[in-house]
Amino acid sequence: MGNMKLNLKIWRQKGPKDTGAMKTYPVNDVSEDMSFLEMLDVLNDNLVRKNEEPIAFDHDCREGICGSCSLFINGEPHGPGRGITTCQLHMRKFKDGDTIHVEPWRSAAFPVIKDLAVDRSAFDRIQAAGGFISVNTNGNLVDGNALPIPKVDADTAFDAATCIGCGACVATCPNGSAMLFVSAKVSQLSLLPQGRPEAKERVLNMVEQMDKEGFGNCSNTGACEVECPKGISLEHIARMNREYMVAGVTKK
Amino acid sequence: MTKLDSKIPEGPLERKWTDHKDHIRIVAPSNKRRIDVIVVGTGLAGGAAAASLAEMGYNVKAFCFQDSARRAHSIAAQGGINAAKNYQNDGDSTFRLFYDTVKGGDYRSREANVYRLAEVSANIIDQCVAQGVPFARDYGGLLDNRSFGGVQVSRTFYARGQTGQQLLLGAYSALMRQVGKGTVKMYDRHEMLDVVKIDGKARGIIARNLITGEIERHGAHAVLLCTGGYGNVFFLSTNAMGSNVTAAWKAHKRGAYMANPCYTQIHPTCIPVSGTHQSKLTLMSESLRNDGRIWVPKKMEDAQAIREGKKKGNDIAEADRDYYLERRYPAFGNLVPRDVASRAAKERCDAGFGVNKTGEAVYLDFTSAIERYGRTQANIQHIENPSAEKIRELGTAVVSEKYGNLFDMYENIVGENPYTHAMKIYPAVHYTMGGLWVDYNLQTTVPGLFTLGEANFSDHGANRLGASALMQGLADGYFVIPYTVGDYLADDIRTGPIDTKRDEFAEAEKAVKDRIDHFLNNKGTKPVDDFHRRLGKVMWDKCGMARNAEGLKEAIIEIRKIREDFWKEVRVPGTANEFNQELEKAGRVADFLELGELMCMDALDRNESCGGHFREESQELEGPQKGEAKRDDDNYAYVAAWEWLGEAGKAQLHKEELTFDVVKLTQRSYK
Amino acid sequence: MARSALLGSSLAKKYWMALTGLFLSIFLIAHLAGNLQLLDMSPDGQLKFNEYAKFMTTFPLVKIVSYVLYASILFHAFDGILLAIQNRKARPVRYVHEKSSANRTWYSGQMALLGTLIMVFIVLHMKAFWYEMHWGELGMDSNGNKDLYTLVAVTFTQLWYVVVYVISMAVLAFHLLHGFSSAFQSLGANHPRYTPVIKSVGVFFAVIVPIFFALIPVWMFINA
Repeated sequence: MGNMKLNLKIWRQKGPKDTGAMKTYPVNDVSEDMSFLEMLDVLNDNLVRKNEEPIAFDHDCREGICGSCSLFINGEPHGPGRGITTCQLHMRKFKDGDTIHVEPWRSAAFPVIKDLAVDRSAFDRIQAAGGFISVNTNGNLVDGNALPIPKVDADTAFDAATCIGCGACVATCPNGSAMLFVSAKVSQLSLLPQGRPEAKERVLNMVEQMDKEGFGNCSNTGACEVECPKGISLEHIARMNREYMVAGVTKK
Repeated sequence: MTKLDSKIPEGPLERKWTDHKDHIRIVAPSNKRRIDVIVVGTGLAGGAAAASLAEMGYNVKAFCFQDSARRAHSIAAQGGINAAKNYQNDGDSTFRLFYDTVKGGDYRSREANVYRLAEVSANIIDQCVAQGVPFARDYGGLLDNRSFGGVQVSRTFYARGQTGQQLLLGAYSALMRQVGKGTVKMYDRHEMLDVVKIDGKARGIIARNLITGEIERHGAHAVLLCTGGYGNVFFLSTNAMGSNVTAAWKAHKRGAYMANPCYTQIHPTCIPVSGTHQSKLTLMSESLRNDGRIWVPKKMEDAQAIREGKKKGNDIAEADRDYYLERRYPAFGNLVPRDVASRAAKERCDAGFGVNKTGEAVYLDFTSAIERYGRTQANIQHIENPSAEKIRELGTAVVSEKYGNLFDMYENIVGENPYTHAMKIYPAVHYTMGGLWVDYNLQTTVPGLFTLGEANFSDHGANRLGASALMQGLADGYFVIPYTVGDYLADDIRTGPIDTKRDEFAEAEKAVKDRIDHFLNNKGTKPVDDFHRRLGKVMWDKCGMARNAEGLKEAIIEIRKIREDFWKEVRVPGTANEFNQELEKAGRVADFLELGELMCMDALDRNESCGGHFREESQELEGPQKGEAKRDDDNYAYVAAWEWLGEAGKAQLHKEELTFDVVKLTQRSYK
Repeated sequence: MARSALLGSSLAKKYWMALTGLFLSIFLIAHLAGNLQLLDMSPDGQLKFNEYAKFMTTFPLVKIVSYVLYASILFHAFDGILLAIQNRKARPVRYVHEKSSANRTWYSGQMALLGTLIMVFIVLHMKAFWYEMHWGELGMDSNGNKDLYTLVAVTFTQLWYVVVYVISMAVLAFHLLHGFSSAFQSLGANHPRYTPVIKSVGVFFAVIVPIFFALIPVWMFINA
C-alpha cells in the first residue's frame, strides 16, 4: 500500500434538513496511484468496518465523462488540476501530511441530499424546457449529408456539446450562476442549421427555467471556464447573450 | 426441453424486416393513450425507446438509478458508431456490415437480427444528425468516417473520442423533450428491484426511491429493460461503478431466460491495475492500435529487470523486443480483433514476460509511429537532413494531434509520459455479449417483458465488433421496439390501467423489503466490496480470458462459498429509509454472486472456443493455426438459454439452434 | 415573454448593467477632458474653467445628457443591488474553504463592493462640487461666472480629501479593469479576433483614466 498520511476535513450531513458540519478523518496508507475517489473508498471501507456510516458521494463512470462526481476539494470544484473531474484527480497531486477540505457543491438550486451528494435535477428541468431539437423518431428523415455544415461550426458546436453537466461551473461561480451550462446547450444547437428553426424559443425558455431554479447571475468572472473539466469557453455565454437579445427583441 | 421460438419472419433475408413491419399489428393513436409502458434504464437503448414510444402516444415511465438520465454508461463509449452509408465509396453496404458482424461474432448470432441491425444503421445517423449530434465533418461540411476495429471499409461515424457521449446526449435531449411535454414521467435515482407478473405477463415493477428509500409499485402494460451489461461481475471492468445486473437478474428469476451469459468481451487496451485499491479500469481507445506497436521483451531476464524496476522499456534493444502480434498474425498485426489481441497479451504475461510490477502489462509503443510521422512532416516542411530530435519533435506533434487527449488521460492516471515511455496496457472486461434471451421482437420468454441494447443477447454473437454497441442500442430503441412492442400491446387496448393493489404487487414488494431488512439487520462485519472483490478474482482467474473445465468447476464451488459467506458476514450500515449507497451495492452484489455461477455453468457447457469465450481444451493443435481458438459448429452452433429453477446454481439449459442460410461458416483467420 | 426577456430576466439585468456601464465609461472620458483644464492653475485657466463649468450647467443639450447620466448611475447601482441580492440568495450556505484565487481575479468577484465604494465617493464628490455649483453660495470670478475653480483649489488643499480621491480612483480602476471588457461579453461581443483588442483597450482605459483623474487633486495639492 501507499505511504501518504492525510488529514481529511469532510462535510457530513445526514439529510436535506440536517444542518451538517465539517468532520475530521485522518487516513493513512494512501498511495499516490489512487484516484481521489479510491482514497475515499478506502476511508469508507474502514468506516464500515468500524460500524460507522460511510460518506455518501456521487460517482459512476470514474473516467471523467458521466458527470456524476462532484466534490469541492480544497476550495475548487474537482480539486486542483485543470481539465479533469474528481474521479480523474490522483493522489500524486497531494503531499504527505496535507490537510484536504472536501465539501459538496453549494447552490440554492443544488440542495444537499446527504453528505457530499447534491440534487442536480435543476439541470434536467432546464434541458426539458428547450434543450433539444424537435424531431420525432423517423425512419424517413433526409440524409445526414443533405445539409453540409461548415467544419468550424460543427467543431465549435462539438466543443459546447462536450459539457458533462457536472455543475462545477455553478459550484465555483461566486454568484452560483448556471450560465456556462445553459449556454453550452444553447450554443451547440444554435450553431447547427438543424437547431436554427427553434433557436429563439429555445433560448428564451431555457433562460426562463434557469431563472426559476434560483441560480445566480453571471458577472463574467470567468471562474467557470477555468474550472470546467471540459474547458467550455465563455464564448458560449456570449453567444447565448446574443441569441437571447435577438430573441427578446424580435420574438413575435 | 422447450423449443424457443425466435419468431424470425419467413422470406428472404433482406425482406424479413420490411415484411414483418408490414404485417405485425399496430395500436391506433387513440388507444395508445390508454397504454402505459415502463422503460428501465436511460442509456442509448432506453433513452431512445422512451422518447420514441412517448412521441408515438404511449404513456411512458422511465427509470434510472443515476441522478440524471444523461449519466447512463453509454456515455463512456469512445470510438464511434457503424453505419452502412457507403459515404466513402469503398464498397460498403448493408450486406457487408451484416456479414462483418456475423463473422466478427464468430457465427454465434442470428442472421435475421444482424441483418436488421445493418439495415437500420443508416437511419440512425440521419436521426442523430437531425437531433443535433455534432459528428465529425470534413472541410466540405460532410460527415467524416474512419476505419475501426480492423474492418476493411470506413464506416465508423464519430465525434472525436466521445461518440457515446454525443449520441447519448442526443437521445437524452429527445427524452427530456418528452419529459417537458409530460408524455414521459422520469424517475431518476430509482432502482428497479423486481418485475411483477400478473397472469404470466409482465405488468409492472417494484422500484426503490434511492433518496427516500421508499419502495414503490409501478404498473404498466409492458416493461422494457434497457439496463446494460453485467461486466461488473468481475469487480474490475471498464463499466461504470453502478452498472449492474439486478434488473436483468430479477427478470431472469421471474422466468426470462438468460442467454449465453459466458460471452464476455475483454478489451485489449486498458490501463493496467496499479494496486489493490483499484476500483475500476480505464479503457484506452482501440484507435491507438492503428499507430501503436505492442511488444514485450524477448528475454525473460529483461522482463524480470523491468518488473523489479531495474530497467525501463527504452533500455531494451530493438532486437530484444518481441512484437508478438506482428509475429503471430502477420496479415493483421496489431489490428487483430479484440478477443485475439487480449488472449495474446495474456499468453505472453502468463509465460512470464509482463512488464509492470504485477506482471500483467504489455507495452504499446509509439516510437515507430512518431518516427514515421516525423519523417513525413519533415518532407512536407522541406526540412533537409533533419536531426533525430527534429524528427521526434515533428512526429510527437502529429501523434499528439491524433491522440492527445488519450495520452493526457494516460499520463494523468499512471504518472508517466507516454510520448517518451511506451504505454503499458492490459486487457480488461469491457462488454458482455450475453444477456436476456429475446425473440426477433426483442421480447423475452416472459410476455410483455422486452429487453434492448447490451442487456439482451441478440446481435453480437460471441464477440462484438468495435463501434457496434452504440449502433445496436440505438437501433433497438429508435427503430425496432417502436414497431414490435405494438404487436404485443394490440391485445391490451381494453385492459385499462394496471391495478398495483393486487396481490402480485404486494408479494413482490414484500420480498424486496424482506431482503433489504435482512441486509440491514445482518450482524456481519465485512463491507460489501470484500465479497465483490473475491467474486471478481474468481471470475477473472477462472472465467476470464481463458477457461477450462477444471477451473470452471472450482470456480462454481468457490462462488458458492463466497455467496454463503456474503449472506452471513456482510455488514450494511444505515437504514432503509435514506440515501444508502452500501445498501444499493449489497443488493447488486447479491445478484452478481448468483449470476457468476451461471456464467461458469454456461462456460462449462460450451466446450468449444468462440469469440470472447476461449476454452483451453478447444484449440487448434497443429498446422498453421496451432494455438488458435477452435470452434465446434457441429455441436455448439446454438444459443444457450438458461431457465431459473428456483435457486442459484440450478438452471435448465434450452437450446436455440442457429441456422445460417446466407453466411458460410469458416474459421476466422488473421494470420 | 418577450417583455420579461428585456426587463425582468437575469440576462436583461446583464444587458442593462453593461449598457449603463459603458455609457458611464464614455462619460468618464468627457468628464476627464473637462477636468484636465484644472491643471492650468494660472488666472487665465481659472476663468476658462469657470466658463466651461457655466456651459456644462446651463447648455440645454448638456442638461438633457446629464439627466440621462444621473439615471444611469442610479440604474447601474439599483441593478447592481438586485444582482447582488439574487447572487447572494443563490448560495445560502457558503463554503467553509474556498480558493477563489485559483480561478478569478479578486476584483472580478468584488464588483458590488467596489461599486458601493464608488457610490460613496460620488456622493462625497457631488456634495463637494455639484451641489455647491447648483445651490451653494459661490463667489463670482472676474467674468461674472460662478467661481467653481476656487472651490476646487481650496478643497484640494486638504490632504485627507486628496487621499480619499486617490484611493477612490484606485477603486474605480479595479472596477473598470473588470467592468469594461465584461460589458462587451454581457452584450454578446466575444470574438476570437476582437476580444483580445477589447481586453487590451479595457486595461488601458482602466489604468489611464483613473490615473489622470487622480493626478488633478495631487497636482493641485502640490502646487497650491
